[in-house]
Order: sequence, then C-alpha cells, then structure tokens
Amino acid sequence: MQDNPARHSKPTPVPPVAASALEKTLPLHINGKDYFSDDDPAMPLLWYLRDVLRLTGAKYACGIGACGACTVLVDGKAQASCMLPLKQVAGHAITTIEGLAGNAALHPLQQAWIDEDVILCGYCQTGQIMAAAALLRRTDDPGDADIDKIANLCRCGSYPRLRKAIKRAATASKAAKKK
Amino acid sequence: MSAEISRRRFLVISASAAGGLLVGWRNARAQQPLPYLGARFQPQQLGAFVRIETDGRVVIGARACEVGQGVKTSLPMLIAEEMDLDWKRVHVEQLPYGYVDGDTGAADQYGIQGVAGDASPGAWDELRRVGAVARWLLVQAAAQQWNISAKRLRTQAGDVVADDGRRVDYGAVAALAATLDPPSDKLPLKPATLWGIIGKPTATVDAREIVVGHRAFASDAYLADALIAVMVRCPYVDGSLDQLDDAQARAVPGVRKVIVIAGPKPDTPFDGVLAAGVAVLADNTWAALQGRKKLKLQWKPAVGNVESSAALATAANALLDANTNGIVVRNDGDFASALKKSSMQIRARYSLPFLAHATLEPPNALIHVQKDKVLLIAGLHDPDGASRLLHDLTGVARNKIEIRLPRSGGDFGRRLHNDFVAEAALIAQSVDVPVKLLWLREDDLQHDFYRPFGVHELQATLDRHRKITGWLQHCAATPRNYRDTAMRELPIYADCLDPGAFPAGVVVNFEQTFFPVASRVPRGDWLGAEGFSAFAVQCFLDEIAGAAKLDPVDMRLDLLKPARILHDGLDTGRLAEVLQMAADKIEWKRKRYNGHGLGIACHAAGGAYAAHAFEISVQGNNLVFHRAICVADVGRVLNPLSLQAQLMGGTIQSISSALNLAITLKNGQVQQQNFTDYTLMRMANAPRDVETFIIESDRAPIDANEIVVASAAPALANAIYAATTVRVRKLPLMPELLRLL
Repeated sequence: MQDNPARHSKPTPVPPVAASALEKTLPLHINGKDYFSDDDPAMPLLWYLRDVLRLTGAKYACGIGACGACTVLVDGKAQASCMLPLKQVAGHAITTIEGLAGNAALHPLQQAWIDEDVILCGYCQTGQIMAAAALLRRTDDPGDADIDKIANLCRCGSYPRLRKAIKRAATASKAAKKK
Repeated sequence: MSAEISRRRFLVISASAAGGLLVGWRNARAQQPLPYLGARFQPQQLGAFVRIETDGRVVIGARACEVGQGVKTSLPMLIAEEMDLDWKRVHVEQLPYGYVDGDTGAADQYGIQGVAGDASPGAWDELRRVGAVARWLLVQAAAQQWNISAKRLRTQAGDVVADDGRRVDYGAVAALAATLDPPSDKLPLKPATLWGIIGKPTATVDAREIVVGHRAFASDAYLADALIAVMVRCPYVDGSLDQLDDAQARAVPGVRKVIVIAGPKPDTPFDGVLAAGVAVLADNTWAALQGRKKLKLQWKPAVGNVESSAALATAANALLDANTNGIVVRNDGDFASALKKSSMQIRARYSLPFLAHATLEPPNALIHVQKDKVLLIAGLHDPDGASRLLHDLTGVARNKIEIRLPRSGGDFGRRLHNDFVAEAALIAQSVDVPVKLLWLREDDLQHDFYRPFGVHELQATLDRHRKITGWLQHCAATPRNYRDTAMRELPIYADCLDPGAFPAGVVVNFEQTFFPVASRVPRGDWLGAEGFSAFAVQCFLDEIAGAAKLDPVDMRLDLLKPARILHDGLDTGRLAEVLQMAADKIEWKRKRYNGHGLGIACHAAGGAYAAHAFEISVQGNNLVFHRAICVADVGRVLNPLSLQAQLMGGTIQSISSALNLAITLKNGQVQQQNFTDYTLMRMANAPRDVETFIIESDRAPIDANEIVVASAAPALANAIYAATTVRVRKLPLMPELLRLL
C-alpha cells in the first residue's frame, strides 16, 4: 500500500470561497509556498508538517521543546516546531530543512555535513542544521562560544564533527559571498 | 557468543549465501524470459546482494538495519571490494528482512541481520565471498562472450579487461552472468595489499538523503489510510488497568478508536508487550495526543511493588555487608590468606544507577495486519525475532510477513526488543487499516529495558613491595538476565560481573562473587554493558595507585607485563599498547596546573581494546574538557572515517551518561519524564574534540561500539579526582561531585 501524496501537500491556490470559510483557514507560508489549513489551529506545526504535508525532515523526539530535533526557522529564527501551534505561525515565513537550500542543490551547511561526515544515526541532524542556519544568519564567522549556544541534543555524540561542519560551512559561505 | 557458536552459525549462513545466489539467478531468469537477447537492457540480479542496473550502476544490498553504527556503508564495501567496483558507481539499497522457506525450515536469505552485522568475523568473510562470486560470474560471462579463457581476464573498476586490451562493462555481461552456475569451489579472497575500498575513508552512504530531510527514518514512513496510535502505559511494573473512562477521548475530533492492551503476566518473560496500556487511534498525531490527554485512567500496582532507588541501594549494601550466600563467579588462589599476609589493604564501593537507552528516535512501528499477510516497517535490531513474534500473534505464515528495515535514530540495545512491534500488531489487529504507533519520550524513559543497577565492592591487598597480591570484587546488582528469554542460558551475573575481565588472571589471589538484588524493573542490553564492571575496576586501580603512591599508568603497565595471552584470550600486550598510547598522547608525565587534572583508564573485551585519557577542570558547577583522547585496537579497520566517528560518539555517549544520567524509582514508578530530567550532554558541555587513535592489525574486525563506551567513564572519574582530589564513587558523577565538593 503506497502512501498517497498528502491531501494538502500541494500549494493550494487562494480559494474563491466565502469570507466565513476563509476565516476558518490559516494561511501558512512554508518554504516559499502558501498553504491554507483547516486543521485544528492548536495543532503544533511539527505534526502539520509531518502528518499533513509529509514533510518529515523535522523530527519528533521530546515534544516539549527540549531537544531541538524538530527545529525550523520562523522568520529566520530557530524554533521548536513541536511547540508552535499553527495559529501562532500563520502568516509568518517558515523554512524547513526541505526548503533550506532554496533553489540551490544544497545549502552550504548541508554540503559541510556531508564533507565532515557528521551523520551517526542522523536523527537529530536536520534539526542541528536548522539551528546552525539560524546561527549563520546572526554571524557569518561563528566562534566556539557561538556554536556552544546551539543546545540541540545528539544522543550519538556527533558534537565535535558538528562543530567542524558549522565552521566549514561558514568559511564556504564567506568565500562564496566574496566571489 | 562463544567462538564455537559463531563458527557454527557462520557455516550455516555461508551455505545459505551460496544457495541465495542460485535462487537469485533462477528468479532473474524466471522473470525475464529472454536472458540472452536484449536482457543486457534489463536490471540483472547476481545473487541475493548484487544487482546490476542497465546504466551500469551496481546496486548492493545492505542487510543490517542502520542505526548509526555505519553498517549500511561498511558491509557493502566488503562486497564492492571483492567485485573490483568503482565505489562512486555503487548504489546501496537497504534489504528487507530476508526470510525464505528453506528445505529444512526457515532460512536467512541474507545471513545475520542484527545491527552489529559487521562485527562478526563471519560477516567479514561471508560478504567478501558474496562479492568474489559475483565477480567470478562476470568474468566467466565475459570469457564466454569473447570465447577466450577466463585466465586471460582481470577486473578493474567495474570492467572486465582482457590481456589483448578488450574491455567490457559489468553491465554488458551481467545478463549472461546471471544465467551461469556459481563456482563449485571456494574462491580465493583478495590479499589486503590489493584493497582499494576496504580501509579507505568512506563517507556515510545516506548522508545526502538525511541532510536534505528526505524520508530516511522509520518514523518518516507513512501508509495511505494509516491511523496514528499513541499509548498510555501502566506506570507500575506488572501493574494493570483498574478503571478506564474514554468517553472524552473518543469525543476529540479525529480520534477513531481506543483500545486496551493487556500487560505481561507477572514474572513471565518480557517476550511480548512490556506493560499494560491503552492506545488512542486517530487520523493524525495531534488528534491522538489530544485523545490521550483526555483518557481518565486508574492503574493498579502489582502486589507488593513499592520499589524505590533508596530501598534498592539499601538492599544492595546490606547484601555486601552480610557477605553470605553469594554466587562465586571466579576464585583463583586464596584471597583470605593474601589478606592475612598483606601489608596494605584498600577497599571501596562504587554504585551505578539504572540507565535508559533514550534513542533519539523513540520506538515506533508502522504495521498493516491483514488476514493472510503482514507488512511491518520499523527499525529493528532483531528482525528475525519480530518475524517470529508477528507469526505468533497473528497466525500469518512467516513467508507472508514482510519486514522493511529503514534507518533508525539510534539503538544502543533498545531495538533488540520487539515489545513495540507486539503493541503495534495487537492494535492493528483490531482495525482494518494500517497503524503507525509512536512512542512519546515520556513512554520511552518510563518503559525501557534498563541497564542494571548495582553496587561493586572492591578490595585489594598489597605486599610490602607495593605489589597487588589479592583482588576481590563483590557485586550486588539487579541481574541483567531477568525475564529475558534470550539470556536464559547465561549465568545470573552476566553483564554485571565478567570473570574474564582485567585483572582476572593477572592477580594470583582473585575472587569475584555476585549477589542478586531483587527488582521487577525490566533490564536489558545497554551499549557498552562491559562498562558496568569496568567503571569500578578502573576507578579502583587508581585508588590503589594513590594509596600505594604509585603512578596509575606505571602500575597498570606493570600488571600487564610481560605481554601474554591470558586464559580468557585477553592479550595483555595489546591492552598495554592502547594504554601507553593514550598516556603518550595526553603527555601523562607533564605536570598540570590551574586545577587541571588528568585521568586515564583502559579496558578489553571480546578481542577489542580501548583506552581513554582526559584533561579536565571543574569550574564552579561546570566540568570543562580540555582534551579528550580515545585509543582503540579493534583489528582490521573497514572504514576509518566511520570508526573514528564510533570512537568519538562512544566516548561522548559514555561521559554523557556517567556525568548526569540516572533512572530512579519511587513508589514503584520511574521518576524521569523527559530530557528535562534525563539530561543528555549538549554541545556546550561536550569536549570540543575527541582525538581518536587507531592501532590497526590484520585480525578480523571487531565491533568498536561496545568497547569504546567502557573505559571513558572511569577515565573521567579518575580525572575528576586528579583535578579536585574528590573521589566520586557514585554515578552519575556530577550531582555527587557537587554534593561532595
């Protein structure tokens, strides 16, 4: 049995519907696409991404915002999507790991993760990359103290390689900007 | 597993692998009526593991479930090496669980599919033979096609090359190769000097899929129309459901069903579900979680179950104090007489708590149970066990049970158990659609097969030359083999006391005795089980050195001299070598100032050797790592990039647990709820680097995951002593250190 493409997985064009119906739908701006959700406005973004859109890059691991496996960017800031009700993020720009690279094949962080062979079990890594992406938006030259502020958990202990990969990506991004 | 058992299993599997090849080409021919004409444009299966695509790409099947141990990369490397492939053109595909009906019963199409598949010397040989056979078939096919002797052919980077310069891609002769009979003789394997893939740093094969967020993990799998299930389980071990009011839960929009699952019978093996529970099934996870919250439940504890960590500690210490009716594990020489003659005696107790696995991806299973077939998608350490379990629960024939093994977010021994598979199957049997069961973190910490709790009492005697003359280790612990069918034949002290571990066989008067502590808490395999005893032993060695005013490294090296193989197979020379290298790398003899302290420890088990050295300081409430060194000798290195990652990761897992983790009990319930009170190490507290050093040899490769976890924790405790002069004898280290400081 194949999983059908999700019912809502394609960007929905603005529906020509009555204003009363529109009031019930939440506009969600995810990876540059517009979605209109009629799901429970209290549903955390994590479960909307996974169960409804089948965007499974954000992971469940604690459900209380303590581990960072579900990290996404909301208006450029790293947030735990398990703690964000849809109504709270409606209208904001949401970026998930699936949309991080934009039109490029890979974001410099994703390339650095491959080059440093950071993956152990790999489950936390999409969240780690999103947290690192938020860090690189704040500073293009992160030092160890900056990197220490990333509090995402890695049960396997990939931290040293993760640290190297962030520095590698920062260097690559700066070099790309100079060109 | 004893050497004898593993040899026996290897022989069986070796035969089935050869049989698998035969089956492979027969299947290929049956499905493709034109094996000779035009078949070069069809994908060709060469045996059970290798498929050659029309574009010349070679697809190699990975048989073990990848949980972070690197087997999805390293096992296919073995096949690719013997096939003389260009690794860049190799595509790795995860194989499902390979059950086949054999002539004499069940057979494993792909051999052992446990997660540590590369660890056994059997796999090391067996998978290279799979590659050698595939290569042989391709060479024979080219010889037939060109009508020349196979002796005139060699292979290079995915091509067959003739001595006259002719060259053909494997893809072009694959169809013909698939029609040939496999060789009747055992083929020779490549000598190490000719290796181009084994031993070369090779990147994780799934890395790209993972970093872009593709559906790479077990819990990322969905099936159409599947209901999502979450559960509440009885917080008391062996307890039962007393009252349930699910009216409000059922009223939550999206909730479809509420199902009650009975728990295991008290004191019977944990072969099915781990606890009684109530499952909420819904259209999506959020609705299921809302329904779960609205359940009104009352649980009944099992009779007499009011366990607490405090009471367990009291019981363990009382057993050690009384020192009666212990189970003698090893008794060399005469410790009592050594004690009488000794001029110095040292004694200490070390206490270790229960530990949870806390895999970052909690247990989960996606299952579709139908009348005559079952589909299971889950990360499993024991897919064979899951297949048997599903057969027992559903009655479906084993050859109609399909098990897919996607990548999983960690294992550490947790996925050896199939309790979550049993739950998913029981839930799915009551609905006619697939069910996706997700464990919450709270479920995972509260319902696990924990590493045992225990207290070690160590005692040593020294003569007037400060030589150790006697060694005693008494261990009072909750036995690891409690209600575990797989361990039924192992002694009660298994995984708590190891009669073959250093310094057994080195100290002449040596005694080990085990005192079982009664507890209903489920126990299980926890990666690095060796560390349970090694922590006490390696801390105590430092305490002896301190009391005798000896250097801890020199004292250990003296015990290990001369290099010799002990009765249990431990090579003291190899253990000395890893220890010496760790000491050299951390500059052991250079004095440290400013509150910096050095700690070191080493351990050997199962043919693997490791040592750790740390330089740390304690600043306020924080422990700061200045250097972290890990040295390992695990035989042949398949993939150095992956091995270094295992050493780095294992080191951090070990110190993360040792510093802050404990599962504690109160009133018969586990107290920890989530990562807020089971506080894994984070980036800021981890060593910025773990310097890894590998001593390679031509011995068959040994799994590094277990050994590397054992020596890190005692090395850290020894470093804490050096930095603070506080000897912490109770895990977790950090809260105890702050109490003592």
